[in-house]
Amino acid sequence: MAEDRYQHHDYYLIDELLTDEHKLIRDTARAWVKKEVSPIIEDYAQRAQFPRHLLQGLGEIGAFGPYIPQEYGGPGLDQISYGILMQELERCDSGLRSTASVQSSLVMFPIFSYATEAQKQKWLPRLATGELLGCFGLTEPDHGSDPSSMVTNFKDAGDHVILNGAKMWISNAPYADIAVVWAKDEQGVIRGMVVERGMEGFTTPETHGKWSLRASATGELVFDNVKVPKSNLFPDIRGLKGPLSCLNSARYGIAWGALGAALDCYDTALRYSKERIQFGRPIGGFQLQQKKLAEMITEITKAQLLVWRLGVLKNEHRATPQQISMAKRNNVEIALRTAREARQMLGGMGITGEYPIMRHMMNLESVVTYEGTHDIHLLITGMDVTGFNAFI
Amino acid sequence: MKILVPISVVPDTTSKIAFTDGDTKFNEDGIQWIVNPYDEWYALVRALEITEKDGGTVTVISVGDATAEPVIRKALALGATDAVRVDTKPTESYVVAKELANYAKDKGFDLILLGKETISYNGSEVGGMMAEFLGFPFISLASKLDANGGVATLDRSTETGTEVVEVKLPAVISAAKGMAEQRIPNMRGIMAARTKPLTVVPASGVQGKTSTVKFGLPAAKSSLKLVDPENMDELVRLLHEEAKSI
Ligand SMILES: Cc1cc2nc3c(=O)[nH]c(=O)nc-3n(C[C@H](O)[C@H](O)[C@H](O)COP(=O)(O)OP(=O)(O)OC[C@H]3O[C@@H](n4cnc5c(N)ncnc54)[C@H](O)[C@@H]3O)c2cc1C
Repeated sequence: MAEDRYQHHDYYLIDELLTDEHKLIRDTARAWVKKEVSPIIEDYAQRAQFPRHLLQGLGEIGAFGPYIPQEYGGPGLDQISYGILMQELERCDSGLRSTASVQSSLVMFPIFSYATEAQKQKWLPRLATGELLGCFGLTEPDHGSDPSSMVTNFKDAGDHVILNGAKMWISNAPYADIAVVWAKDEQGVIRGMVVERGMEGFTTPETHGKWSLRASATGELVFDNVKVPKSNLFPDIRGLKGPLSCLNSARYGIAWGALGAALDCYDTALRYSKERIQFGRPIGGFQLQQKKLAEMITEITKAQLLVWRLGVLKNEHRATPQQISMAKRNNVEIALRTAREARQMLGGMGITGEYPIMRHMMNLESVVTYEGTHDIHLLITGMDVTGFNAFI
Repeated sequence: MKILVPISVVPDTTSKIAFTDGDTKFNEDGIQWIVNPYDEWYALVRALEITEKDGGTVTVISVGDATAEPVIRKALALGATDAVRVDTKPTESYVVAKELANYAKDKGFDLILLGKETISYNGSEVGGMMAEFLGFPFISLASKLDANGGVATLDRSTETGTEVVEVKLPAVISAAKGMAEQRIPNMRGIMAARTKPLTVVPASGVQGKTSTVKFGLPAAKSSLKLVDPENMDELVRLLHEEAKSI
């Protein structure tokens, strides 16, 4: 890939709404990404390799559990910092951001929220540094948008439980040291637990042949009579609200993250439009190209305001799941549209790995599907404003 | 070892440069400020390396108003022990150097290490002036530096070669490319910076001696001319008559 010349775009001076520390965190993450990730990401994505060596660095810039308090090894930052970090990572690659989102919101968040003190001390500090990698098993082969119908289950066996079933499409699974798994007990109630690599009967086969998120490893979690000690179960949380609370946190991060991908596509197309000469002038001088750029920056600016406001609400514990759905859906959508338009602006160059746009575009096809599909988030908004459930 | 690293706050390298007030002032609208890269990447990082190895403290100091503080915090996040801001506008090298010297003179610093120049005004003046005000030796353009036992050994690299210099401390040394490698702060550093002392000291009231009559941008680069590889005579003619380079 050509040199990463990304520059931030802030049409409405939204930076003035951020603190100096927010900006320092952003600059740090950006500098780290430009130094450590940009030079290698295209190669890893092309080869469908997970850049595992980046885990420690992700820990150092605070990307693992940014809002986890310091007593558990996290940096104890606010929600806007979390969003900013996800934006800087996804500005480079959605797969990189996915690794961090899963670790933060789907592994550290439930352990922090639902685990016992001993469980927290056991796992959180090492997850924060990237020494341990985690994954989150909710989706199953036959139960995606409707996780309440899951069939993975466990039976009581004294000091442990016996877990059976399979999870599919699980980010980080092939490399994960631990998995936060949601499964039904004998009464059909959903509970969460931590399954550790090495437990007998637990395997994590990798899913190959993805055209999207190629630098993020995806796999299955297969449980064949796995003995999980009861001390690995989350003691109190019951029902779908456990996993849904995690998804809320992750979706919030994705709303910021997808915007990062949009910003990178816009930045690339804008620069290209000033440098590429056709018919004797820069293509940025043609109205059709300007329409694309003007619409991109308009949508990006709206999306920036959306996540900033959502971050403030989240800091005040006032952001509703429905508001988060709206932001996730909108920002991924505008990122996808930005990527598609930006790709065309680069002509033939747009399809190569010389520029990041095609990679972003393909990545975003996963982002628009995972953590609640585009349709499902629309139904959430629809139900919220009408009061009618259109899911079933 | 007790090291002082003067840092200058400069516009980000991607900033659009424009002037106001009849071209006598730099237009600061919308400018992102950073630590002068020579101060940060080379001087500060080398100072940190030296104290991490042999013990000691690194104090960063900047002459500037309160808007400089976010940038100074970055130096603290990188690992400086503490920071000082001399509360006045850094209007010219003389004011900056004298204010810095007035602060440093009775503090017992063993080494004052700063970038070889700023990327904004490129004056390369502050180090030399400061050394003079303090009565310290000044060595410029060090691309390698070791310091222990009251002596510093350094490489001075210039276009014409390398000179290895030994100097008794205390001294003022200016850092050039190669002295260290850029560091990126980590989250632990950013969090530690929250509670590190950033002391604001009043300026001693040094008056400037110069004023800017006018700034101008460099002449725009002329447009690119492509010459057909078959037409070398034309290339030679252009180089001779237009570029006047042969
Ligand atoms: C790369 C990648 C990584 C992932 N990582 C994880 C992970 O780490 N952990 C995890 O648990 N899961 C993960 N997932 C799974 C992801 O969350 C699911 O793919 C997603 O929830 C959709 O489920 P599904 O694929 O089974 O699609 P389905 O639910 O079968 O949906 C198919 C289509 O039907 C539509 N649809 C479904 N229900 C309705 C309805 N009621 N009304 C209208 N339309 C409807 C959907 O919008 C979609 O368009 C990942 C997926 C991908 C692709």
